[in-house]
Amino acid sequence: MQETSKTHNTPNNFIFPKAPTGVEGLDEITEGGFPKGRPTLICGGPGCGKTLLSMQFLIKGITDYDEPGVFMSFEEPTADLSLNVKSLGFDLEQLKADKKLVIDHVRVERSEIEEAGEYDLDGLFIRLGYAIDTVKATRVVLDTLEALFSGLDNQAILRAELRRLFHWLKEKGVTAVITGERGDATLTRQGLEEYVSDCVILLDHRVIEQVSTRRLRIVKYRGSTHGTNEYPFLIDEDGISVLPITSLRLDNEVSSDIVSTGVPGLDDMFNRGGFYRGSNVLVSGTAGTAKTTVACYFADEQCKKGEKVIYFAFEESPQQLVRNMKSIGIHLDKHIGDGALLIHSSRPSLNGLELHLLTLRKLIKEFKPTTIIIDPISNLINVGSEHEVRSMLVRLIDMLKYNNITAMFTSLSKQTDTFRPDLAEESVSSLVDTWITVRDMEGMGERNRGIFIIKARGMGHSNQVREFIITPKGIELLDVELGPEGILTGVARQSNEMNKKLSEIKLQSELDRKDREIARKRKVLEANIEALRNEFESAEEELSLLKATEAMQEQVALNKKQK
Amino acid sequence: MINSEETALSLNESDAAEWQLLLYIAGQTPKSIKALSNVKKYAEEHLKGKYSIEIIDLLKTPQLAEGDQILAVPTLVRRVPEPIRKIIGDLSNEERVLVGLNIRPLK
Repeated sequence: MQETSKTHNTPNNFIFPKAPTGVEGLDEITEGGFPKGRPTLICGGPGCGKTLLSMQFLIKGITDYDEPGVFMSFEEPTADLSLNVKSLGFDLEQLKADKKLVIDHVRVERSEIEEAGEYDLDGLFIRLGYAIDTVKATRVVLDTLEALFSGLDNQAILRAELRRLFHWLKEKGVTAVITGERGDATLTRQGLEEYVSDCVILLDHRVIEQVSTRRLRIVKYRGSTHGTNEYPFLIDEDGISVLPITSLRLDNEVSSDIVSTGVPGLDDMFNRGGFYRGSNVLVSGTAGTAKTTVACYFADEQCKKGEKVIYFAFEESPQQLVRNMKSIGIHLDKHIGDGALLIHSSRPSLNGLELHLLTLRKLIKEFKPTTIIIDPISNLINVGSEHEVRSMLVRLIDMLKYNNITAMFTSLSKQTDTFRPDLAEESVSSLVDTWITVRDMEGMGERNRGIFIIKARGMGHSNQVREFIITPKGIELLDVELGPEGILTGVARQSNEMNKKLSEIKLQSELDRKDREIARKRKVLEANIEALRNEFESAEEELSLLKATEAMQEQVALNKKQK
Repeated sequence: MINSEETALSLNESDAAEWQLLLYIAGQTPKSIKALSNVKKYAEEHLKGKYSIEIIDLLKTPQLAEGDQILAVPTLVRRVPEPIRKIIGDLSNEERVLVGLNIRPLK
């Protein structure tokens, strides 16, 4: 309604009138819902959720958008329908009592009907019209018109009448959803409905390697743009939810806040002292390189700062994780008690990827965390193919970004000589903002752990490989120790330190010795100077003595002359 | 022209006729007129004196369509004798109407 009035007011800014479906995700793909006042076809094979999707459209219309509806069922009796959707939390009886919903079961029994001459389907039109008028319905579902074809013989009449039905529905101005079974070569058995509908949605149920995925695709949508991909969807206790493979845009808000990594020393390796809030961080490494420990440090730090954290553990149970982290002085149980931390453990093979994603979404919706950790993300590869995992991760990351949630994923990489990324990492590496690698550095009969930053979008970072050790007090990043052939770790570092000390001592004693020698030399010099001075003094003395003698003699001589 | 109430009255002399037929129509279309004249003709021919015909115009009483599961019009419904049988169309094919009503088995 709002949309229509808008279009009248601002003709330049036209918005195609749409009826929101109320199905999570579907409104995003259709950019607002099904075409308002026009027929939409939902087609697909058996058991792919046609009836449920149309029912959800109708019920959400009543509960969320105050649009009464008519459900005309050609297959299931009213009571069965009520029962079927009751498990999804929809109470049809109540809606019927509230005069918001009419369910009409049209039974077409071939054995009861004899055809003798020309007829039309005005009876159906009148029934439908009557039902629409009783509740002033604006939404109508016809499930499944196919049944007419199996009940009646005269195909020519049926086809003509169906065409008329679609036009009639349009004239009535109701937003109609028609379901149809999938045909061999065409979208529907009759190959008719898809042409007269303004919007066609194809549902599909595929099993690939024993994992079944339901998918949805918009085949056509007259007068509007729409997402064109195949989108996986799920049926769970809340009905259908569609998961867009990627959000249609990349325009989420970004934050310049910095969150600390929690690992002392690691913060300093980032120019700005941590990760951006809302960014995704990948911690990759081979087995036993303390990925989980780094992740737990991050979780601990966030909890201490008053953030809410969900930790998805695909390898360890919450109890095990808590116990293990206690050994290095991290007390996760305290945060769990405070309600700041939620550890959710499940086996990756428990359910399909989509369900995992849905669980994540649900928990995120309920718990509203600001940080999530997935440990390890590479385990999900076991569940789906690389492509599927990637598409799931894209959607996950999109969702996290949209909610401005900081995320840390750990990823187990295979031991390779080149230590370049393998499959698991490749599938996420281009998606993540920051990538930290922890790796083994082997040599001299021992194994040491090193940590370095591969990339950090929007932030300068250290290029060093820093050795770190895990003690009962936790992670400690050691200072860089350079040897003749690069960075030294472990024993090499220790022996290097020893050597350094030894040479220092040597140098010191050498210096001392030199000092003493100089002192000695100075003493000799000084003695020499003294001797020379003495010699000089005695010479001087002698000279003055001579001069005095000579003066006396002259005096004597002068005195003699005067006499 | 058909006047539904009048017709029903004129044909429905006793309430418990042996053959109770209902004809559902939607307005005075050529098809419904044809159907009514056909059903009257067949009834007079084969069920003289032991039938009643009621005409229901769905344009006037649309709520009645659901009860007899009416889709197509015109539809002739045989209420009695049981079981309920339905014949759709303008009833121009006499053979099929009679088979449908189980008046004369097709041989």
